[in-house]
Amino acid sequence: MVSFRIVRMIKLGIKSLILHKLRSALTVLGIIFGVSSVIAMLSIGEGASWEAQKMIRILGSSNIIIKSVKPPDNKNASTGRTFVVEYGLTYDDAKRIASTIPSVKAVVPMRNIRQDMRYRHRLAEGQVIGTVPWYPDISNFRVSRGRFLTFTDMHKSANVCVLGAGIAKKLFAYEDPLGKEIKIGSDYYRVVGIMQNRGGTNARGGSNITVDEYNFNVYIPLTTARRRFGELIVRRQSGSFNMERIQLHQINVRVASPELVPATAKVIQNLLERFHKKKDFKLIIPLELLRQAEQTKRIFNVVLGSIAAISLLVGGIGIMNIMLASVTERTREIGIRRALGAKKKDIVTQFLVETVVLSAGGGLLGVVFGVTIPFLVSHFAKMKTIITPWSLILAFSISAAIGIIFGLYPARKAANMDPIEALRHE
Amino acid sequence: MNIAEVRNLKKTYLLGETSVEVLKDISLSFEEGDYAAIMGPSGSGKSTLLNLLGCLDRPSAGTYLLGGIDISRLSDDALSEIRSERIGFVFQSYNLISQLSVIENIEVPLFYQGRSPQECHRRSLELVEMVGLGQRAKHRQGELSGGERQRVAIARALANDPLIILADEPTGNLDSARGKEILNLMDMLNRQGKTIIMVTHEDKVAARAKRIVRLKDGYLEE
Repeated sequence: MVSFRIVRMIKLGIKSLILHKLRSALTVLGIIFGVSSVIAMLSIGEGASWEAQKMIRILGSSNIIIKSVKPPDNKNASTGRTFVVEYGLTYDDAKRIASTIPSVKAVVPMRNIRQDMRYRHRLAEGQVIGTVPWYPDISNFRVSRGRFLTFTDMHKSANVCVLGAGIAKKLFAYEDPLGKEIKIGSDYYRVVGIMQNRGGTNARGGSNITVDEYNFNVYIPLTTARRRFGELIVRRQSGSFNMERIQLHQINVRVASPELVPATAKVIQNLLERFHKKKDFKLIIPLELLRQAEQTKRIFNVVLGSIAAISLLVGGIGIMNIMLASVTERTREIGIRRALGAKKKDIVTQFLVETVVLSAGGGLLGVVFGVTIPFLVSHFAKMKTIITPWSLILAFSISAAIGIIFGLYPARKAANMDPIEALRHE
Repeated sequence: MNIAEVRNLKKTYLLGETSVEVLKDISLSFEEGDYAAIMGPSGSGKSTLLNLLGCLDRPSAGTYLLGGIDISRLSDDALSEIRSERIGFVFQSYNLISQLSVIENIEVPLFYQGRSPQECHRRSLELVEMVGLGQRAKHRQGELSGGERQRVAIARALANDPLIILADEPTGNLDSARGKEILNLMDMLNRQGKTIIMVTHEDKVAARAKRIVRLKDGYLEE
């Protein structure tokens, strides 16, 4: 019995809202903005922490990554001249880190060289990574077929390679890559293994360059890389040569446990600074990335959260304002209903239902917009966003709650009118 | 048997500092099937009396028994219930709810009684036929003439099968022909056994009633 009354009230509420379409639409704008920014906020925050967690999964929480960085000053880099810039990590650095710091469990030196790769007429661009056999263990990265590089490969400086999943697909569309020879630079390398796909669930819009690149890596023995490509890298830039001499591009360090990471990072920093006059390296600590992501998330939450709070507040006040006007406008109707037997609580219910229908309708529209905003954000700003069902439920409940909170006062005002006065109202 | 009975009824309104005594000691009773006209100059307390009889207001002193129940001490909710169960109102300015159709207007009191939608609908269809507006059931009040509106209002007043029908100048806004129609309808209802109490200031209208109650300055002069 109660349920049909409520259905009836809702119908009545919708009817009187439709009577003033424009007014109702304008009133709920604030709610729409508020609800959609709540959803956008939560989805961006969720996306950021998902991204950070994925990065950590890939980079390893007990890893430290040291990268060679070109030193910023280069006053003598005059145009037209050719000269060699020498910088970056060295084989000695790798050895020193491995031998002097006790908390270091393993060190993986890497050379990264951009190269074109060919198999027959097929061409793919990717990164050749010269590294050591224990690279997969430290990078939480597995071979899906075949094998990884071995110590024998290292000793013999063998011309073998292991393909990333992306590049394997690109070069070998319908063939089995294992045992085939691909051309990298000017030499041929036999494919001995294929790495697993590292995209994970690369959901729509969530393009992550670092993750994509893993799938376009080709691994060769470090010794081979040194022999075939040397240490001199030549870049042509707008007519001038630009030569760099780099021994190692990257060193991955596995620390015994995640708790030791910050301390070890400090020791490595000090150790390297002693041998590097220029600031030509940088340390990346995956755990630090998570902290940064949390920071971003917090900033987003504060900014969008306050936008949401303000627009919901303004929206709520707008609704209250309109409902107060509506109560005055419908004084006569209230009087009639009271005379015909409506109790105070019937009148409260009627107006409350109307406000809730209004704000929940706005909330529903807000959910629709709120779902599209993250979609646009990830499409244009290349930011990962994740919409969780509970965020939709939360946002919608907030809008309904606003209807109740801001509708209560006008509804009570309507119910507390003297029926005689109300009937006399013109 | 007395359906409604007031004893030593007083009603005082507070207007700022001064209190105005509108009804000063009214004792009156109505039998089942009564048809009474309340007359009197403006300011004599007719409307106040009608509001009290209609349980829209509580007396300042005295008792009011409606169907054997003393309503002068009841709560607001209980008064609403009494109005919903026992009283039918007909107003001078019809007081239909403008955004509702004819049939929906008639359903309003039934709705507040908590009847099922099917029951509301069936009963209001019956009533709309009875007042001769079956063709207009879906129309809004804007599409109806004054006489038709008042007939809808009467149908609405009958919806809850009330003990008494209270009419406040039901013909006041109508021309004499339409007014006559409404009065004929009232006569018919009274012949069917309905108790009707009507406020009017027109002698011709009052002449239709079985008895006339005259008010002057808050007193009865019967």
